[in-house]
Parts: sequence; C-alpha cells; structure tokens
Amino acid sequence: MRLPCPHCGTRDVQEFTYLGDANVKRPGADEMSEAAMTRYVYERDNPAGRQREYWHHSSGCHAWIVVTRDTRTHRIESAEPAKPLVQS
Amino acid sequence: MRYSIFTLAAQTLRGHRGWKPVWRDANPRPEYDVIIVGGGGHGLATAYYLASQHGLSNIVVLEKGHIGSGNVGRNTTIIRSNYLLPGNTPFYELSMKLWEGLEQDINYNAMVSQRGVLNLYHSDAQRDAYARRGNAMRLAGADAELLDREQVRAMLPFLDYDNARFPIQGGLLQKRGGSVRHDAVAWGYARAADRCGVDIVQNCEVTGLTIDADGIHGVETSRGPIRARKVALAVAGSSSRLAAMAGLRLPIESHVLQAFVSEGLKPLIDTVVTFGAGHFYVSQSDKGGLVFGGDIDGYNSYAQRGNLPVIEDVMESGMALWPGLGRIRVLRHWGGIMDMSMDGSPIIDHTPVHGLYLNAGWCYGGFKATPASGWCFAHLIARDQSHPVAAAYRLDRFATGHVIDEKGAGAQPNLH
Ligand SMILES: Cc1cc2nc3c(=O)[nH]c(=O)nc-3n(C[C@H](O)[C@H](O)[C@H](O)COP(=O)(O)OP(=O)(O)OC[C@H]3O[C@@H](n4cnc5c(N)ncnc54)[C@H](O)[C@@H]3O)c2cc1C
Ligand SMILES: [Zn+2]
Repeated sequence: MRLPCPHCGTRDVQEFTYLGDANVKRPGADEMSEAAMTRYVYERDNPAGRQREYWHHSSGCHAWIVVTRDTRTHRIESAEPAKPLVQS
Repeated sequence: MRYSIFTLAAQTLRGHRGWKPVWRDANPRPEYDVIIVGGGGHGLATAYYLASQHGLSNIVVLEKGHIGSGNVGRNTTIIRSNYLLPGNTPFYELSMKLWEGLEQDINYNAMVSQRGVLNLYHSDAQRDAYARRGNAMRLAGADAELLDREQVRAMLPFLDYDNARFPIQGGLLQKRGGSVRHDAVAWGYARAADRCGVDIVQNCEVTGLTIDADGIHGVETSRGPIRARKVALAVAGSSSRLAAMAGLRLPIESHVLQAFVSEGLKPLIDTVVTFGAGHFYVSQSDKGGLVFGGDIDGYNSYAQRGNLPVIEDVMESGMALWPGLGRIRVLRHWGGIMDMSMDGSPIIDHTPVHGLYLNAGWCYGGFKATPASGWCFAHLIARDQSHPVAAAYRLDRFATGHVIDEKGAGAQPNLH
C-alpha cells in the first residue's frame, strides 16, 4: 500500500504512522461528560468500506494527513492535509 | 458414529469407504431458542457447551461462509495461558484445562500438543518483567519456569545467542502451552454440537437484527428471517458490523494479521518460541512446515490480506532470532481480520439490547481462548449471568475505567 502525501507525493506506507478514524471529535468543554468522553476515546464506527483516517508522515514531511480509504480493498480515494480540516 | 480404535480398524478393512459426514448441513427452521451468529471456533464451542452443560438443544449456528473459513482456520494455532492481569489469568487457565480434556470430551482428535511455549528475554528489565509474569501465572494455578541462557541453549541450540543488539539472556517457559490443529477444533466442535442436536447452517449471512422495545426477536438472513428471543454474536472481525445492526458502536477496530508457512522440513523445532525484541514467533506443524507470524499490519482493514512492510518486518525479526531461517523458502502466507479491542482484551457480556449477547474483541489471541470462551459465553446465555472467570470481560469497563490492558498501550488498538 502507498499513500499519496499531499506534500511529498506517493510514498510507501512504511513512512507513515497510523492514528485511526478521523471522524471522532473530542467533546468541547460545554458538552463534556463521562459518556461523551467514553464515546470519543473508545467507541468507533469501524466501517467496512469508506473510512476517513489520520496518518502521520513520520518518516517524511511530518505532516498529519487525512486519507479516505476503502477498508475492504485498501483503495485510496484521497489524501488531504489535516490541519485545515481540523481547524474548520 | 463414535470414533475409536474399533471404528478405525473396521473402516480400514472396508477401505475407508464407510465414513459419514461429520455433521449435518442443516437447513434453517423458522424459530429457535438460541441463535448463534458466526460458525467460528467460539460460536461452535458456545453451541456445544450450551447443549452439553446447560441442557439446551434448540440452537442454531448461522455461518455466512463455511465452517472454518474465518480466523479459526487462519490462526497460527498457539495455545498458552501466560497472562499477567487478574482479569485474564484465571480465564486463560480454564481454557488450558479445557484443552487438556477436549479430545476425550468431544471424541475428536484435535492434535492438542503441549510442546511448550518459550518467550525469550533479551535484557535485565525484560527478565524481571517475565519473572513477575511467571509468578502471577503460578499464583493463578498455571505453570511457568524462568530459564537462563544456558537452559534455553540446551533446548534450542541454533538461535543467535550473541546477536549484537538483542543477545538472548533466557526465557519464560510454559510447558503446558503448545499448539492445536485449528481446523480440527472447528470440525470437532461442529460434530460434537451436531450430535447434541444443534443445527449448523452454512452459507447463511445475518443481514439484520429484529429488535423492538422489549429486545431482540430474531435475525434477518440471506436465507430468510429466523426467530429467537436469544441471539448471541460471535463473529470475530465482523463484530462492529453486527453491532451496528443493533445501533451499537463498539470499542473495537478491525485489523489484519498475517501468517506464514514454509516448505515442509524434517523436524527442526519441537516447541513454540517467541522473539522478545521484536514481534516474531515460530513453531513447526506436524506436516513439517514452519508456522510463523508477527505484528498486525496496523490500520483498519476488512480485506483479509496484508501488505509487504509487515512481511519484511517479520522476516527481519526471524533472521535476528534464528539466522538459519534464511535458507528456508516461504510457501504460503495469508491474512485474517481480527477485532482489536481498545484495551487488547475480549468482551463476553450482555448488550443494552435485551436478549442480545456479545462475544468479541479477541484480537490476535482468541484461538487459545476457544474452549473457555464457549464455556463462559454459554454460561452467560443460559443463566443470564457472567461466569466467574469471565466476569471482568464487561462491555461497560471502558466507561467505568476497569480496562484490562496487558500491554499498558492505551486506547490504540494497533499497539496491542
Ligand atoms: C493470522 C492469524 C494468526 C493467529 N494466531 C493465533 C494464535 O497463534 N493463537 C491464538 O490464540 N489466536 C490466534 N489468532 C486469533 C484467533 O484466530 C481469533 O481470535 C479467533 O479465531 C476468533 O474467534 P473465532 O474462531 O470464533 O473466529 P472466526 O473463525 O473468524 O469466526 C467468526 C465467524 O463469523 C462469521 N460471520 C461474520 N459475519 C457474519 C454474518 N453477518 N452472518 C453470519 N456469519 C458471520 C465469519 O464468516 C466467521 O466464520 C490468530 C488470528 C490470525 C488472523
Ligand atoms: Zn509528506
């Protein structure tokens, strides 16, 4: 498997570190509760199919990226820098 | 037909033409007392113990493919009970005891071979950690011996003891550990359950769960709806998909683990050995192939196949441990999808849906657990309370903070 880093081009998956589902969001201070934190820390959709996920180009440009990938085929749909997505 | 030396002799005289199918390939009936989803080792063992220990027989096991096509037929067949934490040790020791009596109980040769499992250590800190683990095991009634370098060398003279980075200092040996023929576990439990009247239905995929305010009423399948007031999920790598049909999100990610077999060789290694400075373990099957594996690939996958970096990593670790491996050719490799839980430990529990039970989160170590998992899951389904040795495997432990994290890796499934 190779990942298309938006900064460095297509690189071997070995250069990247996986974090997981990019749809989970840490609850804000006003929505914080034990249940909300449990959902955030532990519970995952774990889809068979399209998933948005965080990867870190740890042996490359050190950027965090969001990759959209099919977990049934490992086919990559897209890869974008994570920062603008996280800030929005 | 009960298997014995006499049936074997009689069949030999008849040229082995009289053997009957090992279980009935049943068609589903419209209603059962208990539906078990997933015909892997855990589902079949659960069905057998429900029938043999709890007197239920109106049970069906629904399998989307064929029996043995999941992880029960893909694993590297290692059994052990060398766990550290109190929530785990008694459970895995029960499993070891059940393995020891399994073949007599189910009247099937599963080739249970207690050839020992040896975990190597390469530093003082690792030795101390293994000493602690060995003590915890002995306190829980399991066996463990801490070996020094010369004792390991006497067992396995061909390892690289003076590796520049990871010299071997010794190992923690569990003599009662070993390997079991995994296909025979699936077939043996299937036959034993079938003999108790359990229906085993293959090529029957569960596509939906029928749930209302008073709980579960049955399942939708590719072969039509089936009713039951108790439905038990034992679908290994597909746990999140089945749970989603009940509107539940689990503390689980599905990951791929690869395994490898070499060409057939004369007897080379008579135990199971694990490298302590990387992830690599190896044993030899009775056919002669070296069976080995290492880390999971590390990203969510339902593809049942892995990628090359992990293959390279496994081979490198193997060479660091046992340089002679470099002369041997790999014959086959494959992958299986496992439900990696957030603390690396399993779940055997009720779900918030009345009548829906969950057996999941076995990660890469659920084969050794097969008998105890079936035993405890059957107990839960029949009596609606947890078996004492599985009482820690609760679904709500993530919310309450009672996680069972053997590795101390935190909520990152690809690190367990
Ligand atoms: C490469 C590899 C090596 C391993 N090595 C070891 C080892 O050495 N020691 C060890 O202890 N463990 C090992 N494991 C882990 C172990 O194999 C698993 O934890 C265990 O087999 C899982 O339980 P099971 O046997 O019930 O799973 P499975 O055999 O996977 O059973 C689950 C079944 O559910 C079925 N299913 C899924 N969805 C549906 C549906 N919708 N409807 C109907 N049926 C469905 C599947 O088809 C499957 O047959 C290894 C795993 C792998 C992949
Ligand atoms: Zn990059």
